[in-house]
Formats: sequence, structure tokens, C-alpha cells
Amino acid sequence: MAKFKGEIIIDVEKCKGCQVCAPACSFGCIGFSPKVNAKGYNYAVLEKPDACIGCANCAIVCPDAVITVYKAKVE
Amino acid sequence: MSSIAKKENLVYQKPALRTEKPYHYCPGCGHGVVHNVILEVLEEMGLQDKAIGIAPVGCAVLAYDYLNIDMQQAAHGRAPALASAVSRMMPDKAVFTYQGDGDLAAIGTAETIHACNRGENIVIFFVNNGIYGMTGGQMAPTTLPGMTSSTSPHGRDVKTMGGPMKITEMVAQLDGVYMCTRQSVHTPGNVRKLKKAIRQAFENQQNHKGLSFIEIVSNCNSGWKMTPLASNKWMEENMFPVYPLGDIKVDGKLVK
Repeated sequence: MAKFKGEIIIDVEKCKGCQVCAPACSFGCIGFSPKVNAKGYNYAVLEKPDACIGCANCAIVCPDAVITVYKAKVE
Repeated sequence: MSSIAKKENLVYQKPALRTEKPYHYCPGCGHGVVHNVILEVLEEMGLQDKAIGIAPVGCAVLAYDYLNIDMQQAAHGRAPALASAVSRMMPDKAVFTYQGDGDLAAIGTAETIHACNRGENIVIFFVNNGIYGMTGGQMAPTTLPGMTSSTSPHGRDVKTMGGPMKITEMVAQLDGVYMCTRQSVHTPGNVRKLKKAIRQAFENQQNHKGLSFIEIVSNCNSGWKMTPLASNKWMEENMFPVYPLGDIKVDGKLVK
């Protein structure tokens, strides 16, 4: 069975750190940075890049659409 | 490990019809997701040149700054009346209103009910968070029994203040309404269901079937004084028993 690998790119300066994306991920890939962005929010980061399958669940619940998702098949 | 972040692997990005301006909404607010989903559907259906949105008064009053389509601003609550005029003047346009509960269910109740009764060929988006979010969390007609707000600090007393107004069920009874549904945007599954409903609504509108009414039960974490995640949980536990999700009217027939 072909497996998928995903990657998300988060626009950290536009992220408001609302944390709605974290429970949307079935694999718990998303964490929050102890650092803050220019607006003062603890922005989201991809903590487990190997577990991401590119399902885009995090991106579609993100109110500010700061997540861009890529997905590729791996043999 | 090589990056897969290439154009050919792209599966999701910010909707193309959104402007570069960041939303002014509070972190975790449902308005942003609803804007994004509407724009995705308009883009997929190729309606960007035909869409005319009517912005309300409330948190979404600045929607025209974010949606890169033609927009018009209505007086408080009068968006369905303005949308009726626009859709009669230009019947082939995809006309929609975007309103909150203070706008649609309080000051604009008359306009909403009469536009629905006339069966105007428009789509109405009704974002219900049970509170006047923009002005500081005052009680709205849709506030739940016992729910505290800045104007009902001891909780909404049903005896003196009435119960939550279920305006979606009310307008579903009118013959002019062709489609009526209640959705939410707090989980990925619910967002996908909402997207399907919005697509159906714009298809009805393009086929001149009548009015489509979509309620979105949403959170107001700053008005409810909770974190975004806690407000989503509170919404599931308290809002959904009063405002159950699902289709109410499909193809002109009541299903509930």
C-alpha cells in the first residue's frame, strides 16, 4: 500500500495561536512555540514532521488560513 | 530528507479570493473559517465575477476587506432587503448575505422573514454565536436559557426575557425557502459538511430555485470569556442541544 507523506508550512507571523488546529490532527503533529511572533502569540509549529500525512485537517479548521499543506506519495 | 513543499504537491492553501489583509477576528473565531469556505466554493464554481456579497453590521462588518469579490454594506439588519433589490436588478448574479445573530435575528427579523417569505433568489449565511460579540457580549435573542452575558449577569431568565429564538426552524416553515440547514465549523468534518451545503446553496441560487438559508453555530470565545478550545467544547455541550445540527429543509421539503 502506498503511503503518504505530508508537510505543512505555517505562516507564523499571521498565526494567532488559537490552538484549534492541534486537536484536529489525528497524529498530534502540531505543537506551540514557547516563542511569540510580532503580534505576541505563541504560534503553531509542526512538532512531528514524520507523522504528518498531509490530510489538511489542521488547515481547513484554521480560521486565519495560515497553514499551507503539501502531500506526496512515498514508495 | 528532501522537502516535499513543491507546487505539484500542494493540497491546501489560503483561498485565492481572499485579500492579503489579516482578519481582525479574535483568535479561534468561527467567522474566519466560514469566510474561507465561502471563498473556496465561489472559486470552485467560478462565480468570482458574479458574486455580490452583502455585509452586515456586527463583527463581520469588515467582510468586504477580506473577500475579494463585489460587496455592499447594508444598514443594521437590512441585508436581506438589500440582497432582494440586488438580485431583482441583476438576476444572474450570485447574491448572498452574511449576517450574525444580532443582525439577522434581532434588529433584522422582519426583513429576514419577509425576504424568506417572498422566496428571493439569494443565499443567507447566518452565523449564530448566541451573543452580541462585537459590542461586548450583550444578550441576543439567541442567547441560551441561564446563559450569562453582560446584560444578563445572573443568566437569561426565560420568564422575563424569553427563550432562545430558533429562527432557522421558523423560516423553514415558509414556502419561499428552498433549502434550510444548520452546520458548524469547529471540527474538520463539520467544515467539510458546511462546504457541501454552501455549494448546494449556490447551485440552487444559480438555478433560480429560491432562497437558501444556512445557519452556522459558532463560538464567541471573547464574549463567552473562554479559550477557543474551551468555547468549542462548551458549544458542543450547550449550544447543540438547543440548536441541533443537520438539514431542516432539502429541495423545498421539510425533513425534520
